[in-house]
Amino acid sequence: MSEKHVGRPLLRKEDPRLLRGDGRYLDDLGRHALAAAFVRSPVAHARITDIDVGDALDVEGLVAIYTHEDLPGRIAEPLPLLIPHPDLTHARTPYCLADGEVNHVGEAVVMVVATDRYLAEDAAERIQVTYQELPPVVGIDQARAAERLVHDEIPGNVAARSVQENGKGDAHEAIAAAPHRLTLDLAIERSASMPMEGKGVLAHWDADDRTLRVHTSTQTSTSVRLAVAAKLGLPPDRVEVIAPDVGGGFGVKIVHPWPEEILVPWAAMTLGRDVKWVEDRREHFISSAHERGQQQRIEVGFDGSGRLHGLSVEIWHDNGAYVPYGIIVPIVTSTQLLGPYKVGAYRVEFTSLYTNTVIVTPYRGAGRPQGVFAMERTMDAIAEHLGLDRLAVREANLIRPEEMPYDQGLVFQDGRPLIYDSGDYPTMMRMIRDLVGWDGFEAERAAAAAEGRRIGIGVAAYVEGTGMGPYEGAHVKVETTGEIVVSTGITTQGQGHYTTLAQIAADALGVGVGDVTVVTGDTRRFKYAVGTFASRAIVTSGNAVAVAAGKVAEKAKRIAAAALGGGVRAEELELADGVVRHRDDPARSIELRTVAVLSNPLRYAFDEAAKAATQFAAAVTAGDEPGLEATGYYMPERSTFAAGAHGVVVETDPETADIKILRYCVVHDCGVVVNPRIVEGQVHGGVAQGIGGALYERIVYDDAGQLVNASYMDFLIPFATEVPHIQTAHMVTASGVNPLGLKGAGEAGVIPTSAAVASAIEDAERDRAVVVRRMPISPSELYELRKGRVHV
Amino acid sequence: MKPPPVVYHGPDTLEEAVRLMAEHGAEAKVLAGGQSLVPLLNMRLTAPARLVDVNRLDDLAYVHSDRHGVRVGALARHADLEHATHAFETIPLLRQAVRTVAHPTIRNRGTTVGSLVHADPCGEMPAVLALLDGEVVLRSERDGERTVPARDFFVGPMESACREDEIAVEAFFPRPAGRTGSDWRELSRRNGDYALCGVGTLVRVDDAGAVSAAKAAYIAMGPVPQVVDLTAAAADGDWSAAADHAAEQLDPEDDIHASAEYRRQLARVLTARSLRAAYEAVAP
Ligand SMILES: Cc1cc2nc3c(=O)[nH]c(=O)nc-3n(C[C@H](O)[C@H](O)[C@H](O)COP(=O)(O)OP(=O)(O)OC[C@H]3O[C@@H](n4cnc5c(N)ncnc54)[C@H](O)[C@@H]3O)c2cc1C
Repeated sequence: MSEKHVGRPLLRKEDPRLLRGDGRYLDDLGRHALAAAFVRSPVAHARITDIDVGDALDVEGLVAIYTHEDLPGRIAEPLPLLIPHPDLTHARTPYCLADGEVNHVGEAVVMVVATDRYLAEDAAERIQVTYQELPPVVGIDQARAAERLVHDEIPGNVAARSVQENGKGDAHEAIAAAPHRLTLDLAIERSASMPMEGKGVLAHWDADDRTLRVHTSTQTSTSVRLAVAAKLGLPPDRVEVIAPDVGGGFGVKIVHPWPEEILVPWAAMTLGRDVKWVEDRREHFISSAHERGQQQRIEVGFDGSGRLHGLSVEIWHDNGAYVPYGIIVPIVTSTQLLGPYKVGAYRVEFTSLYTNTVIVTPYRGAGRPQGVFAMERTMDAIAEHLGLDRLAVREANLIRPEEMPYDQGLVFQDGRPLIYDSGDYPTMMRMIRDLVGWDGFEAERAAAAAEGRRIGIGVAAYVEGTGMGPYEGAHVKVETTGEIVVSTGITTQGQGHYTTLAQIAADALGVGVGDVTVVTGDTRRFKYAVGTFASRAIVTSGNAVAVAAGKVAEKAKRIAAAALGGGVRAEELELADGVVRHRDDPARSIELRTVAVLSNPLRYAFDEAAKAATQFAAAVTAGDEPGLEATGYYMPERSTFAAGAHGVVVETDPETADIKILRYCVVHDCGVVVNPRIVEGQVHGGVAQGIGGALYERIVYDDAGQLVNASYMDFLIPFATEVPHIQTAHMVTASGVNPLGLKGAGEAGVIPTSAAVASAIEDAERDRAVVVRRMPISPSELYELRKGRVHV
Repeated sequence: MKPPPVVYHGPDTLEEAVRLMAEHGAEAKVLAGGQSLVPLLNMRLTAPARLVDVNRLDDLAYVHSDRHGVRVGALARHADLEHATHAFETIPLLRQAVRTVAHPTIRNRGTTVGSLVHADPCGEMPAVLALLDGEVVLRSERDGERTVPARDFFVGPMESACREDEIAVEAFFPRPAGRTGSDWRELSRRNGDYALCGVGTLVRVDDAGAVSAAKAAYIAMGPVPQVVDLTAAAADGDWSAAADHAAEQLDPEDDIHASAEYRRQLARVLTARSLRAAYEAVAP
């Protein structure tokens, strides 16, 4: 057999094209399209009393102005609630264009179409909207107090309230009966996905063919297609949706349909012209989606060795003005909070609250960073309370490998039971202990102290449910040239799918990775898919590619056996080095591309290859299908659980309170690794975002509901200079759920970073008894904490 | 994020530029490196009817040094100043400070004179000009050339004495007299960001090593660059006492990145560190 590709650190096939600038992002397309711009609400909460477009009408190049009144049929109705849930009792979703009321700064009110974006903005600027302002609800405190309401008819600003218990007894009783008890109040602030490329939509209506083609910078083209078809009243077969190269998603682009994904195609149909909208950075800040903002109250009961007897967590989750994506984020926090630990009796209750701010939907990590922060801060508090080593407390509570699969007794975000399929957490913790230098740290601390420097160490661990259903599929085809084309419905935003999926297909078909071309996110090529989110692509699509490629291999053997003749049976054949050959007698072989030729009997010989396949030569038998191709699907019965632990050493300046990361270590288990280089890249990118969340990134609203740092000048994303070198160690506990043994890796890096950094800062500051209860933290805030002033 | 319509002028000579400003000054803006102006235009935070682009005035792209100091023409980029060895040898503070202005790509386009006219209270070069008691040369059709000393030039946040019909043609940074050490340091959230607090210091010593003059200038600590004379406070070489004295003179504000109290603490810490470094650079 030729050498396997899965498991090798191959270079990314997509990089040369992207690095040379040959990528085709949304704004590279549709050069002659009309441009759309939007008038967006400048106020957080108001009734619209008048819209006067008079001044805009003489802007040269203006093509159309639309308000809610102009929208027909289902386009005038609220956008869909994508993920309903029984506990989501008071769901509100936005309109494409505001219907008489706005609920956050940035909500779209008027759509303007002009011959270019400059002119569209000129016209938009001249449109006068009169707002009768209402008092806004900003922040979780105000939402909880409920003295003002976001939506008049929704009491207490509560969208959802949900309780889960793990069936291991009454948590409050267990806590009350435990030898020790602690209560912690924690908070994580708002952040956002912030992909380099914002959203964007280009629509082309072919009036002759009655076909709509939509390019959109999305994480799910198949679902956008169905949503657009439904809203516009078109048969799905008349709608094509393509995700071109996408410059990052991180969750915000799984939300759909965005108002613009409906309005731009509708305008293209109405005007009979191509229309394009490209989101600018300010629009992205004020009208896309945010995440993270939560308050948490934790009560924990434990014994003298730090073992948990009971854990009760209450979460207040800021869901923004609407909930089109349901309550996935707080569900994930509630369930994934448990991490690699057994916590005794567990009760979690969350309240998901409306505020007059941008909607909240999953951002890489999707509620897990908050959950891990809660759990790991609790572990540190227990260690502090008992005077025990922080790692020892964690180790005392770990699920053991022999307890796998381990049922946490909860229902996960996919509606399936939260059962960890595999994992070796004690080994993982031993590895991070060694990698970060936990045992030698006191000597290091003393050496630093001798120089007047203060350093601290922290560790945090997580478990991440990945690879959830319902399914993904793939189509694999061997061309008569020998090229293999793999089409999947999932989209790609730079994760390296063109390489990893090619590795899987190449192994199944005995060809090189260079022979495989992967197509993603184009509904013309593959219609059935869910999307790229929740660390699921490699698990679901990877296994689907293996299924489809496996079917192709079987067919190739069948046809090759017939072609080789001489009594060769298909079972005796194997695929390797681009040929189908006899396992014991490799000389008896036939090229795979010839098999492809033979598999499609032709009547007309239009080229040399076709000549070989005319009906007098071909080898496809009656009952078979033409073409060396197959479609395969993978439907996981439930999620598969990856895990990891991060260790970090920080230095805090005794005078300036500046915070510097000296060392960052990651132990990472995502089951069988398809491509270690790509996994490491994913982990590094995640850690960079995690450091952003720990030390820099924070969406700031003022009391009036204005987003005051809606630019990269004041919303601080770490530069390369702020991201330390990251040491990564892999371990492999194969998934017990899917045939390839894969677990997801996309979100991993970001999950425990805030928890680990908080722990390290607290450790560095232990002489000053600083307690970190809220992230992110800036030098200014650390300074205020040292002074014993409230952590604002 | 597209600018509103604007009439563009690209004069080839200073005379023509000055004439254009005389004619249209009230509704025109000078476009230099564009690193501050273009973002403002794109966000429609400013909407001049005309732009007078000075980028063709190659004669103004100079950095000249002599024993009196360093003259920087209106078209010299931050990077030109940073890399001019003679300027560094004449006044080390210039390079010490200018290399903390933004990132290299921005310094490649942004002009030093433009940043003086822009008068951002967080900008490094206004504070450097103030600390050195420098001046800015302005040109208009009405008055010809006039020279405004730093103390009169920075009027308020983002507001300089450059009138709407004037073009700033040159900045002059005088060389500190005697045996004077300098230092620039700042703390910013990320590498290259505008500083939370920045301080530049000059410490002059006599032959015996005693401090004969000391002063500090601050960014992000008030509406205009704040210059504090520390000659008396630093006379006996007690840097932290001098720093405490300096911090008391400052009146910073809260913003989303730092509390006023924290900024004052930074001023204290950075001043002490900076004075020591400036002193050690020239101490016998
Ligand atoms: C990401 C980023 C980070 C930055 N960080 C810093 C920083 O840390 N510190 C810092 O000091 N600066 C920083 N800057 C600003 C940078 O230094 C600018 O270059 C400078 O502020 C303005 O210079 P300019 O040549 O680009 O001027 P422009 O942007 O072209 O003009 C700025 C203003 O000055 C006026 N003007 C310019 N030249 C003249 C002239 N000769 N006569 C009359 N009026 C004139 C213009 O009309 C305009 O009002 C940053 C900029 C960016 C984009």
